[in-house]
Amino acid sequence: MFIAYFTEQPDASFPQEIGDELGYTALLLPNKYFNAEAVSELYQLRLREYQRAEEVGFDGIMLNEHHNAPFCLQSKCNIFAAVLAAATDHVRIELLGNPLPISDNPVRLAEEIGMLDLISKGRIISGFVRGGGTEQISTNANPAYNRERFVESHDLIVKTWTEPGPWRWEGNHFQLRVVNPWVQPLQKPHPRIWMPGVASKETVIFAAEHRYPFVALSTTFETTKKIWALYDQTARAVGYEPGPETKGYELRVHVQDTEEKAIAAAQHYMWMQGEFTGVTHPVWHNPSGYGSPTWRRQFVEMANGRRQNVANVGKDVTIQDLMSAGNVIVGTPDQVIEGLKRVLDELRPGILNIWCNDGRVSHETGMRCIELMGQEVLPAIRQYADELGLNSPFDIDAPVSLATTPQAELQPVGA
Amino acid sequence: MHLAYFTEQPMSAYPEEEGRKAGHTALMFSNRFYDRDAASQLYQDRITEYKLVEEVGFDGIMLNEHHNAPFCMQSKCNIFASILAAITERVKIVLLGNPLPLTENPVRLAEELAMIDLVSQGRLVSGFVRGGGTEQLAIGVNPAYNRERFEEAHDLIIKTWTEPGPWRWEGTHYQNRVVNPWALPLQRPHPRVWIPGIASRETVVWAARHRYPYVCLNTSVEDTLRVWKLYAQIAEEVGFQPGPEHRGYLLRVHCADTEEKALANARQFTWMQGEFTGLAHPVWSAPAGYNPAKQRQVLVEIAHGRRVARRDVGFEQQIENLRIIAGTPDRVVEQLRVIMEATRPGIFMIWGNDGFVTHEDSMRCIELLGREVLPAVREIAAELDLKDPFEVGAPVSEAAAQQQPSALRA
Amino acid sequence: MAVTEALPEAPEQFVEVVGEKIHWLQSGSGDSLIVLHHEIGNPGWLPFYEQLAQRFTVTVPDFPGWGQSERPLWMRSVRDLAVELNLLFDQAGVEETVLVGLGFGGWVAAEMATMNQSRCKRLVLVGATGVQPPEGEILDQFLYAHMDYVKMGFHDNDNFRRVYGEEPATEQLMDWDVHREMTARIAWKPYLFSQTLPYLLPGLTTPTLIVWGADDRIVPRSCGERYRDALPNSRLEVIEGAGHFVEMEKPDELSRLVLDFAGA
Repeated sequence: MFIAYFTEQPDASFPQEIGDELGYTALLLPNKYFNAEAVSELYQLRLREYQRAEEVGFDGIMLNEHHNAPFCLQSKCNIFAAVLAAATDHVRIELLGNPLPISDNPVRLAEEIGMLDLISKGRIISGFVRGGGTEQISTNANPAYNRERFVESHDLIVKTWTEPGPWRWEGNHFQLRVVNPWVQPLQKPHPRIWMPGVASKETVIFAAEHRYPFVALSTTFETTKKIWALYDQTARAVGYEPGPETKGYELRVHVQDTEEKAIAAAQHYMWMQGEFTGVTHPVWHNPSGYGSPTWRRQFVEMANGRRQNVANVGKDVTIQDLMSAGNVIVGTPDQVIEGLKRVLDELRPGILNIWCNDGRVSHETGMRCIELMGQEVLPAIRQYADELGLNSPFDIDAPVSLATTPQAELQPVGA
Repeated sequence: MHLAYFTEQPMSAYPEEEGRKAGHTALMFSNRFYDRDAASQLYQDRITEYKLVEEVGFDGIMLNEHHNAPFCMQSKCNIFASILAAITERVKIVLLGNPLPLTENPVRLAEELAMIDLVSQGRLVSGFVRGGGTEQLAIGVNPAYNRERFEEAHDLIIKTWTEPGPWRWEGTHYQNRVVNPWALPLQRPHPRVWIPGIASRETVVWAARHRYPYVCLNTSVEDTLRVWKLYAQIAEEVGFQPGPEHRGYLLRVHCADTEEKALANARQFTWMQGEFTGLAHPVWSAPAGYNPAKQRQVLVEIAHGRRVARRDVGFEQQIENLRIIAGTPDRVVEQLRVIMEATRPGIFMIWGNDGFVTHEDSMRCIELLGREVLPAVREIAAELDLKDPFEVGAPVSEAAAQQQPSALRA
Repeated sequence: MAVTEALPEAPEQFVEVVGEKIHWLQSGSGDSLIVLHHEIGNPGWLPFYEQLAQRFTVTVPDFPGWGQSERPLWMRSVRDLAVELNLLFDQAGVEETVLVGLGFGGWVAAEMATMNQSRCKRLVLVGATGVQPPEGEILDQFLYAHMDYVKMGFHDNDNFRRVYGEEPATEQLMDWDVHREMTARIAWKPYLFSQTLPYLLPGLTTPTLIVWGADDRIVPRSCGERYRDALPNSRLEVIEGAGHFVEMEKPDELSRLVLDFAGA
């Protein structure tokens, strides 16, 4: 079992009433409300928390990336990955991930990640994402080619990492006549690639076809099981038997010494969902051409106010409602262990990303949560995972991709 | 005086005979000869050295960026700048700099630099460069629009840092309909911008027009003085009196316990100049459109072997004319005084180690520079009144100067 | 897509060019007049077309990727689109025509005319995009819901309701989304204008009528002024009480202008 620590790195230092007034807190929330002094201090606190997470025994630190968005201070995950490469010693740096379509030069991205892997002595897990719809607008990347760019960028990066240069790439979206960077990742054949996602069918299939672990982000048990079924079917069709090492799950877990304290801190998980609409303003979130055409009807209905935005649970939903679904776990160490065991029973992941702190949770509270995780929760969960045979890709040294799986081992079934 | 430490971060761990066989060690020199394990270790050594640099009293650490080039392990200076933000506490992180034309999205660069400034608690100096000609080919960027892209990217980044969003940019090379990043630098109005160069007239003029310090990279004393003259002429047009705070100078300096050792290690500064031609393969370093039209004749002649490119003279002569300074601390101080008196910079970049100089010798060099050379240099600087932009509180730019009350203007 | 007001029907036809199926509506008699639609697509046989059809044979093609025309997966620029339409009318044997471009279709028309002046006898640009506005910006539809954006193209919301109804069906919203996607595919950046077209316009001597809605909130009138200044044989007319979608708000006024200009 691989267990990583995660936080969105929220910035709650802007005047909240502005968000209420505007009805959104992303993309167009004027950045005159950006408080540089407060953010600089937040970065220092996050760094201390990450160092503590390493000390108490997490296997990894997960980072993500968002633009024009106070809910996540990672405007470029590679920058903070470099900070972690320097400030930590052995914990893996799990990027979930670099949004490929918003980069206009995948070779430069390959160089950056190569440097990170070398400096961190091989600790990079290089996840790739499409970027949210809103990200396409904030970086002015054409949403209509989002998936094409994702796939081509991925192919170019992996080739850059594995095929000695110089060679030439004349692609549909990217053209480089000399690919020969004088930087290569330390890990061979290349750093592990994990694919996070919510439920986009195309992404699940892409991950399974490449034998990349799929990390389901806070999806319900029911949805997650559907994702696993699709993944497994695809995996078998290309010829390998997918185990827990191909399944990742990210969920919100907050632990404190008492249940009251835990619930009080966990209220902040609602910060993004209840308090503001910004993270999922439906028009910005689904620019035309970004989503699968099969969802067009739902998209236009949401965008034009004819259907409730599924991503926004709204102010009427409470943390208790979320807890009752089982994929938000809050309480004392014992309660959290019990909840997590249920997650392991239900979903059998080999990779667990624990999203501990959000909103305005204080540094002290955040640190206490991390410590209790390390001291009490992680050992119990690791033991239980062992009992269930939930191995991570590292535990069983799984191939990093289908391309690097020996041909003889592949036995396609039901293709 | 601002004293910064610099090394190209050379990646010497490749089979030299392959470089000789290829006749070049840049751009097309196959990365199959790249040694990942050695590279990882070299980065660890650099980290240890940079920590010592801060400890012994340097004011800054300078980084640069090159692609497809064993002579420099900085494929992206912002990545290593983030490393420095995490491992140092006090030194300025001086990027000389981000090659602007290589980016397709200057707003993302502005975000990255803002994050570095925030994480380092305001220690960023954000230099900008055009990127060498070879860099354009390594990155697949059109050299014919290099200067246009440089200027437009610069304008867009400064506006992103200083003008509250959301607003729209419909430029010639860049279009962003929503500029409103939730990452802005800690320093106001924005981090200092220093412009390094090797005396390209257009760049000197551009820097002076913006009131940005110009950092001469390893130029001769004569060339350096010519740059200052041009800079002063433009400054006068703009309406400010340039001082040492507008002048930076980068020089190769190696210090060791004995004269012999210092000279032996300093010889490594010619590693790039002697062993391989890659740094300046004439066709790759001057792609059509990259340079001003008036240089076209000279460049095509060089590209076709009809003219010999002006190259650095031999090691002994470089030692002789103080292009390279090497020796024991006393001797180094003595020679630096000559340079400082002649060029009067307020910003001094000391390029300490290159080529195959060992980690141990690099550490010793840094130690000697910090403990013995820097205090003496600071005294000389005080004597010569060589102040840096921080000491005199110079406006970060002409635009910023215009916005300050006239009493604050230099 | 059906419009709410009762409209005359126009015969439709599918033709093939560069291996792609193109859909067009055609009615009327007389000389050829081609109308090029907005980036939101053509809502049907509009009264404006019918009025022109009294004097001309009016053809309104769905652009490749719009309406019932097949999506060209390869297409990357508006100039590509203009070349394909020129090939289409070469194939159809249209030797002379009046080109009427509405909004985004105005850009397409201007591109087509610069490539083939001998076919384009008269050019009409209505609220045309295609040049960067010297003042103001072309409204970025990607920040607005589909319906809100279309409403912003009308001076009077009653006119929106007259054409599209109080609550357009979800199918209409989906059509707008498909058209918006196609707009992204070929005109995302720079958004709805060309950086090079202005340098070609001075070579276009075709008599040109430029028309702008007085209350166009989508394309600044400065674009019209820029066209007028660049085109040697042009004039600019402004229609009061109209937004961007002049042909839907003020069909009588617009058709009168066009017929006076081109129908003599």
